[in-house]
Amino acid sequence: MSLHIENVTKCYGKFTAVDQLSLDIPEGQIFGFLGSNGAGKTTTFRMILGLIDATEGKITWEGEPINYQRTDQIGYLPEERGLYPKLKVKDQIIYLGRLRGMDKKEILTELNKWLERFNITDYLEKKVEELSKGNQQKIQFISAVIHKPKLLILDEPFTGLDPVNVELLKNAVVELKEQGTTIVFSSHQMGTVEELCEYLCIMQYGKPIVHGALKEVKRSFGKKNLFIHADFDLSFLKTIDGVDNQKLTPEGCILQIENEDVSQAILEQLHQKGFVRKFALEEPSLNDIFIEKVGESYA
Amino acid sequence: MRKFGVVLLHSYLSRLKSKSFMITTALFLIFIMAVGNLDFILNLFDGDGSADQVAVIDETEDIYPWLSEQVEQGEHGFELVDFEGTVDQAESDILDGQYVGLLSLQADDQDYFIANYHTDQLINPSVQNQLDNYLQQYKVALATNEAGIDQEVIESIYQPIAFETIAIETADGRTARSEEEIGVARGLVYVMLFVLYFAVLTYGNMIAMDIANEKSSRVMEILISSSPPISQMFAKIIGIALLGLTQIGLFFVVGYYMIERVQDELVGGFFEVFGFSEIAVSTYVYAVVFFLLGYLLYATLSAMLGSLVSRMEDVNQLMMPVILLIVVAFMLSMFGINMPEASVVTITSYIPFFAPLVMFLRVGLLEVPVWEVALSIGILILTILLLAYIGAKVYRGGVLMYGKGSSLKDFKRALQLAKKDK
Repeated sequence: MSLHIENVTKCYGKFTAVDQLSLDIPEGQIFGFLGSNGAGKTTTFRMILGLIDATEGKITWEGEPINYQRTDQIGYLPEERGLYPKLKVKDQIIYLGRLRGMDKKEILTELNKWLERFNITDYLEKKVEELSKGNQQKIQFISAVIHKPKLLILDEPFTGLDPVNVELLKNAVVELKEQGTTIVFSSHQMGTVEELCEYLCIMQYGKPIVHGALKEVKRSFGKKNLFIHADFDLSFLKTIDGVDNQKLTPEGCILQIENEDVSQAILEQLHQKGFVRKFALEEPSLNDIFIEKVGESYA
Repeated sequence: MRKFGVVLLHSYLSRLKSKSFMITTALFLIFIMAVGNLDFILNLFDGDGSADQVAVIDETEDIYPWLSEQVEQGEHGFELVDFEGTVDQAESDILDGQYVGLLSLQADDQDYFIANYHTDQLINPSVQNQLDNYLQQYKVALATNEAGIDQEVIESIYQPIAFETIAIETADGRTARSEEEIGVARGLVYVMLFVLYFAVLTYGNMIAMDIANEKSSRVMEILISSSPPISQMFAKIIGIALLGLTQIGLFFVVGYYMIERVQDELVGGFFEVFGFSEIAVSTYVYAVVFFLLGYLLYATLSAMLGSLVSRMEDVNQLMMPVILLIVVAFMLSMFGINMPEASVVTITSYIPFFAPLVMFLRVGLLEVPVWEVALSIGILILTILLLAYIGAKVYRGGVLMYGKGSSLKDFKRALQLAKKDK
């Protein structure tokens, strides 16, 4: 196991930001951190980076805690844009790259490669404050990966980007993973997490409420989604045993059912009623799991 | 250590290359050159070179020739012209700008003569003061002459007496500093006071600004994930110190060049006027030591405070106490420069925040035992170390702290954040 978080607790005074968190983040994988605002994601990241010390427990990477001797192997993209607004892109990356132990020539070759990849080669000599938010985020991303880190921590990398750029960045992340980088990232966008992560963790009030491999998480959730399009009124389905939730759509409804078997009972009921255009049983989305789990603990 | 160098170089170069730094430095250099060429510039404004003229209507006939000669010899920047005409004519000429004023002199039985000065320029009384002085002298001469006193006697009455202070030698052969020596040291102390005051205000503020800027742009989080905050803090302090030395060095070089150029015009040159060459080497050494320690002390304090705020706007508010400290130190030393032996000066020369200025002043002006200086420097170094220790802790926590912040509570919070509570 590459990154190992063991019974970690962080208290700020009386407030407990992270409570007894234990996670194993496998090497060479993408690990997604989900959680509502204030769930303790950023605090966890900061503890992994060694910026703040855990009140209890320990975090190790390849068997040792992360300290300043090893920061050259770690890339970090903070939640908020963290760049010098008045500095040119080039100077900016050179400075941050040198702080990660690279020399200037290396940095410039890498930087040009990345700029080309993101189609922003004209920005080399521009000040960061002149760039759009999305392009700033690309520069931020470059600054996090320019030194080819072995462990990459991305705190909400995709916020504020248009779909085209999200795609661009996602591809870059996947490529880094294929090159063997261990990637930990947090996001509010469930779709992205579902697409990228094999492993994930949903946090709430500093505690992991769901965690494990994505497939496992979905399977153990048990509930399924049933999509039905039909010509007649479907509201009667709500009363069937095993239906947890019904959402009416213009063409029919989406049902959340407790398990697969319920779908067959529904199918029988529909059979007698009339024309059914669509009847599809699907895995729950991460969004459903998140809302259900996080919503539960709110109540 | 490599990263220390990277941060140091960055804080030095990014400031050096910034427009605001270049403009400030250029303005200062222009100012220095302007002061150096003050005579030339003033002459430029006087332009045509023709001096102001004062019209004189002298009914006594006797005074004008004497007065005219006196004014000419005194080189006051105006000259007298015998005016042939009435007072009204002269007044209209004054309003036309031909003359700056009219002096009319009438004989008087009681008071020898009466003088009236007509002018449209009441704001600048220097001309009438000069004329008043000369006329007073003339009257004294007239009166004493009438009383039968010799001109030579008058002169010897006005001659200042010889008054000299002699320093008494102590048993071990040392003397108190002679008046010249003290005057000379005072010059150096003045220069040092201004330079240190200027340096602390400017560069201390720069450090706090830089750190607050890195915090508000959130780049700090990346920085401290790459290299230890403590090394960053000191890299920054030293980087800005180098910047300061570059700037001050530049000022000195240009200033020295200007002085060299106009040297001949000054009597004996600037250095002899202030007598810098006569000062003991140890005083120079102390100047450098106290300057560096003073800078380090205030820079560390500024860095610590800078790490507590999260917005640039809050920097000034938090820097207020630092500025107050240096202002108090400055005022103490301004007072002390005239009374270096006052007990308040002696006491404050051990208080670290005042010591760089006040102790240096004492060393420069008095014979201070070495142990006293050593004690003061020791306290100063200890305080710097202590501040650096606390500063590094606060810095570590402070840079991760965002909020309205600028109070003692934040200070505690920052310490708490940094605490290794394992």
